[in-house]
Amino acid sequence: MGVLENLWIIPALPLLGAALNGIFGRRLNHNTVSAIGVGSTTLAFLTTLAAIWRFSALAPTQIPVVRSFFPWILAGNFRVDFALQMDQLTLIMLLVVTGVGWLIHIYSIGYMAHEGGYYRFFSYLNLFMFFMLLLVLGANYAVMFVGWEGVGLCSYLLIGFFFLKKSASDAGKKAFIVNRVGDFGFLLGLFLMFKTFGTLDIGPVLARAATMPVETAGIGTLTTIALLLFVGAAGKSAQVPLYVWLPDAMEGPTPVSALIHAATMVTAGVYMVARSSVLYVHAPLAMHTVAVVGCFTAFFAATIGLVQTDIKRVLAYSTVSQLGYMFLACGVGAFSAGIFHLMTHAFFKALLFLAAGSVIHAMGGEQDMRNMGGLRGPIRVTFWTMLMATLAISGIPGFSGFFSKDEILWQSFSSPYGHWALWLVGAVTALLTAFYMFRLIFLTFFGAPRYDPHHVHVHESPRSMLGPLTVLAALSVGGGWMAAPALFGGTNHFEHFLEPVFAHAEEVRAQLPPGAPHEMELPLMLVTVFGALAAIFVAWWLYVRRPELPGAMEASLPGPHSLLLHKYYVDELYDAVVVHPAEWISEHVLWKIVDAAGIDGTVNGVAQLSRDLGQWLRQVQSGNGRTYASWLVMGAAAFTLLFLWLGH
Amino acid sequence: MPAASYAIVLSAILFGIGALGFVFKRNIITIFMSIELMLNAVNLSFVAFSRLLHVLDGQVFVFFVIVVAAAEASVGMAIILQVARNRHSLNIERIDLLKL
Repeated sequence: MGVLENLWIIPALPLLGAALNGIFGRRLNHNTVSAIGVGSTTLAFLTTLAAIWRFSALAPTQIPVVRSFFPWILAGNFRVDFALQMDQLTLIMLLVVTGVGWLIHIYSIGYMAHEGGYYRFFSYLNLFMFFMLLLVLGANYAVMFVGWEGVGLCSYLLIGFFFLKKSASDAGKKAFIVNRVGDFGFLLGLFLMFKTFGTLDIGPVLARAATMPVETAGIGTLTTIALLLFVGAAGKSAQVPLYVWLPDAMEGPTPVSALIHAATMVTAGVYMVARSSVLYVHAPLAMHTVAVVGCFTAFFAATIGLVQTDIKRVLAYSTVSQLGYMFLACGVGAFSAGIFHLMTHAFFKALLFLAAGSVIHAMGGEQDMRNMGGLRGPIRVTFWTMLMATLAISGIPGFSGFFSKDEILWQSFSSPYGHWALWLVGAVTALLTAFYMFRLIFLTFFGAPRYDPHHVHVHESPRSMLGPLTVLAALSVGGGWMAAPALFGGTNHFEHFLEPVFAHAEEVRAQLPPGAPHEMELPLMLVTVFGALAAIFVAWWLYVRRPELPGAMEASLPGPHSLLLHKYYVDELYDAVVVHPAEWISEHVLWKIVDAAGIDGTVNGVAQLSRDLGQWLRQVQSGNGRTYASWLVMGAAAFTLLFLWLGH
Repeated sequence: MPAASYAIVLSAILFGIGALGFVFKRNIITIFMSIELMLNAVNLSFVAFSRLLHVLDGQVFVFFVIVVAAAEASVGMAIILQVARNRHSLNIERIDLLKL
């Protein structure tokens, strides 16, 4: 039996690990819990590799591999199977999820060693792996939706992992509720999809959509479906206006931030949009929406990242920003570029978070960069690996982020769906990214130490944490080379590999008038590269050479600085517009009127009524024998009369 | 009017006396006796109908009633004895232990 016939094994392994740790973990010691948690993920990774090996031997006509295991929902003409599929896109996602997930599991052994609820952590983490694998393997939108909701649940559980901390449990709730808004859109999209196509299976839906005309004018069915799906994607992948939960999600343990809120779960929206590429290319309006929202999010989050002082929050806004890039790529029709950036981002952002976790570990829990500085010497491995990731995200040539980001920027300029304004905003965002990332590096690792060396004993992390850092650093540096030859006019291997998945999208795109000529690519690339280098130099000047300058600048520009520091007051706005009215309605209408007066009133009223009735009826029970005797005789007489009367 | 009719009328009168005694008497023993009177009034009507209709079932029933009445009398007397010992009274108005 080949592993491709039994794709269910891949998600089942982490589920088994989650069940074992969840049920028995309390009674097991740390080593057994780690063995179960990491072991199940390792096996899932190895199974994925085996599946890929088998997959590579398939003929193009056998792809995608779709396997239905049992009918799940049968109702009238609505049929959903528990079906999994594997194609090139799934393969990339599987590698990212199991590979990066595996490294982060190993890292967690060291990072979580001294935390309470060790078994709970691994159980949740494995459960997350299960749902994420279900999401990327699902052969219909319903199975995908199960995974989609499941990762949301695990995200909630893990953000609120330190549930005794109010801010952590609040952040968990915020993430869950904001995601509900997105899921609402996703679900409506699925309903409309079923109404239109009569099925939720990805293959048939896309095949049928491909035969429909491109909706160039107005909002047709496909546009509506695509936009509704994008609402879901915007919730899960933290795009404007639903991005607010992701920065707060940093309350969770750092490996969680790395795995769920950087590398895998938040990219589910990008995956879903890329998976539905056929729907999107037939709905140009939805494409433009995706591109504009992505581009705006990228810029917007990057500006907030400029002034944040919490090391994890900078990375969180950076994640929002990079996710914006991925949507920008999808929106301009460069789906494979989006997925490529998804992959390189998974490498370098997971690394950034894990390295930040290592820094926090070294500083004994300190997350404020203003209290760090000069850590380059004491934690050398962390510094070098983090530097690699920072170079990658800043788009320095040769590092993985450069290839993916350059591809996206070029596509946003040259694609028929693109526009020079999209490129401009994207390029400015790239400069901002380089600036705030190097600001982080300089504040953390350079300059004079700003912590109290008597209280903080800076120490390098254990080997189980440094190992994953090193592997991810290697991937962050080298992970982009498979797309490199495109720069020199060769074949982009990554894009070529994904070609079958996006074939129809490419076909539609090819019918549009072509954008900018290829000669433009090099100058544009040079602009962003030199811009990034200049941004790094400015960061160096401000935070290493003249560390007193940033304070002076903040003082001279109090308005813009506090606007950025308070994240454009978006949280406050949402509080005023959504949260407070909802609370008011909950309290004054739902609680005091509906619940207290309506529901409680009915229940208490029934109780009061039977009480009063009882009070009245109990007078019959006088305890006096003669009264009972009278009732008895009267009753007998009454029955006698009744029977006499009936007898007539 | 057949002879049985007189017996039935007598039975009704006896039953009425028993019922009135059951309701209005204060002494438990008297009440108990009134119950016996009602039972025997019923027995009499059983026998009378048995004779009137020429079926033996009624007479068989009488034996059952007598047996049950005997059992009831022994239990009832035991209860009355205990009540008399504990409350030093046989007045039913003072025996209201069944009250809430």
